[in-house]
Amino acid sequence: MELTRDEVMRIAQLARIKLTEEEVTSLASQLSNILGHIAAMQEVDTSGVPISASILPVTNVMREDAAEPSLPIDEALANTPEREDNFARVKAVLE
Amino acid sequence: MATDTLTAVQQEYEIVIGLEVHTQLLTDSKMFCSCNTHYANDEANTHICPVCMGMPGVLPVINKQAVDFTFMVGLALNCSIPELAKFDRKNYFYPDLPKGYQISQYDMPFCVNGSLEITVNGAIKKIGVTRAHLEEDTGRLVHSANNWGEGYSLVDWNRAGIPLLEIVSEPDMRSPEEARLYMQKLRSILVNLGVSSGKMEEGSLRCDANISLRKHGETKLGVKTEIKNMNSFRAVQRALEYEAQRQMEVLSNGGVIVQETRGWVETRGVTVSQRVKEYADDYRYFPEPDLPHIEVARNWVEGIRSQMPELPDARRDRFIRDYALPIGDAELLAGDRAIAHYFEDTTAALQGDDIAGRARLAANWVMGDLSRLLNASETEISNCPISAPHLAALIDAVTQGKITGKQAKDILERAYQTHESPDAIIQREGIASVSDTAAIEAFVQEAVTTNPKAVADYQKGKGNAVQFLIGQVMRLSKGSAKPDVVQPILIAALDKLAQ
Repeated sequence: MELTRDEVMRIAQLARIKLTEEEVTSLASQLSNILGHIAAMQEVDTSGVPISASILPVTNVMREDAAEPSLPIDEALANTPEREDNFARVKAVLE
Repeated sequence: MATDTLTAVQQEYEIVIGLEVHTQLLTDSKMFCSCNTHYANDEANTHICPVCMGMPGVLPVINKQAVDFTFMVGLALNCSIPELAKFDRKNYFYPDLPKGYQISQYDMPFCVNGSLEITVNGAIKKIGVTRAHLEEDTGRLVHSANNWGEGYSLVDWNRAGIPLLEIVSEPDMRSPEEARLYMQKLRSILVNLGVSSGKMEEGSLRCDANISLRKHGETKLGVKTEIKNMNSFRAVQRALEYEAQRQMEVLSNGGVIVQETRGWVETRGVTVSQRVKEYADDYRYFPEPDLPHIEVARNWVEGIRSQMPELPDARRDRFIRDYALPIGDAELLAGDRAIAHYFEDTTAALQGDDIAGRARLAANWVMGDLSRLLNASETEISNCPISAPHLAALIDAVTQGKITGKQAKDILERAYQTHESPDAIIQREGIASVSDTAAIEAFVQEAVTTNPKAVADYQKGKGNAVQFLIGQVMRLSKGSAKPDVVQPILIAALDKLAQ
């Protein structure tokens, strides 16, 4: 299973990552290897094996619906590159 | 859009509509963290924390109340509740989504295979509910511009992480009207359950619609468009009427429908293309590794079922059974829990043994004059300045002939404005219906003398002249004369003139 250059570029676009030409080539091969491993695993007969989307040994971890104080505004927005009043400021987003 | 244009679409094509409805759930804290959900009056970004902002190393924890609410909705929509459910990550980049993914449910949602009944032209139609799943709301973007006119956006994440329930219907609706009726019924159920504020105009309840056309008899679905930005029931119907017509024009001209998201522009009455829809695969769903599965024990679900309040359909049927109300009135009164209570309280407070008669009076006043006053002042019935017993006392006064219906309407309106009890106004001003024959005879004489044309019409046999003259007597008595008392006196006077 060989990934094309376009497929790698598309995945990079979805993840918002900029890649050099060399990275595209090397990632195409690496990702293809990973997909190869998955394809091999998919050949295993798993009929009769229960679905396990989680490997956690617990279920139903929940909390009661009680509100607690949030972060102070300066702490909450400490990581925003640009701030305007109480808002984070970003490039124009078209609805 | 004119109805005949829609009819033209429906002659040639079958309209197929499915709705995706999102409602915020009325919890006190967010879906996966303890931030307070009551942010409406607060500054931007004052209800956020490391969990809802997706800081490294934090862990979400499920709000049990939100899951309970989800089961309530699922049961109300006749859904199956699977014994195992999980959350998944839906990945996409957008500034209103601080984590870079939304926690949602993909292939193992809490509720599946339900239905909801709507009443179309007096007949009940069942609309399938594919699923209802729990997720988290996104932040809010505000668009702005600097002094040079360059646009930018401001982000407020207070809303990010509010529990959001998505209810997906089957493509079972066949007209924009059915879509509106479905939406209205669903809102009524959600509000009755106390899980949603149901405010479309404020965005706590939102509706996206998928709509496509196909030739009659065709079984394959046509290419659909997804319509957004419909902020009222009326907008849902208008937007879908417009879109059905637009799609027909494209198809009739030999064009093809592009699968895309279109926004309804209320002011212009049109839908406009927003962006080409991403393929579902682009979201790269995978199981949320930070949240363990939820095993749904039967006693959990049954416990919730036992606490469910009466739902609109059951209440409508009870109103028909217990009060002999016509189905239309029953549906209207039963749809809103607060209105239903007010109606029942009024009926109970009225005097007399005939329960159906009392209910009919209460229904007429609640749906008529009282609704008009509430609507005009945009007041919820729960804040009505006139209590149900006070309304009942006013109706009783009419039934007992103490005041006329016209007087009662005036008193109701005044009591509504001044917040007095109607009885207090009646007592203070000594308002009473005039059944004193001498007084009415005087009004009748005046009406007959000042309206010779109506008298002549009566003598020519025109029956409506009597109604006109009764109206004149009513006017002269300032509404205090009772029409059924006036009529025989008036006719006697007219007949006497003719002799």
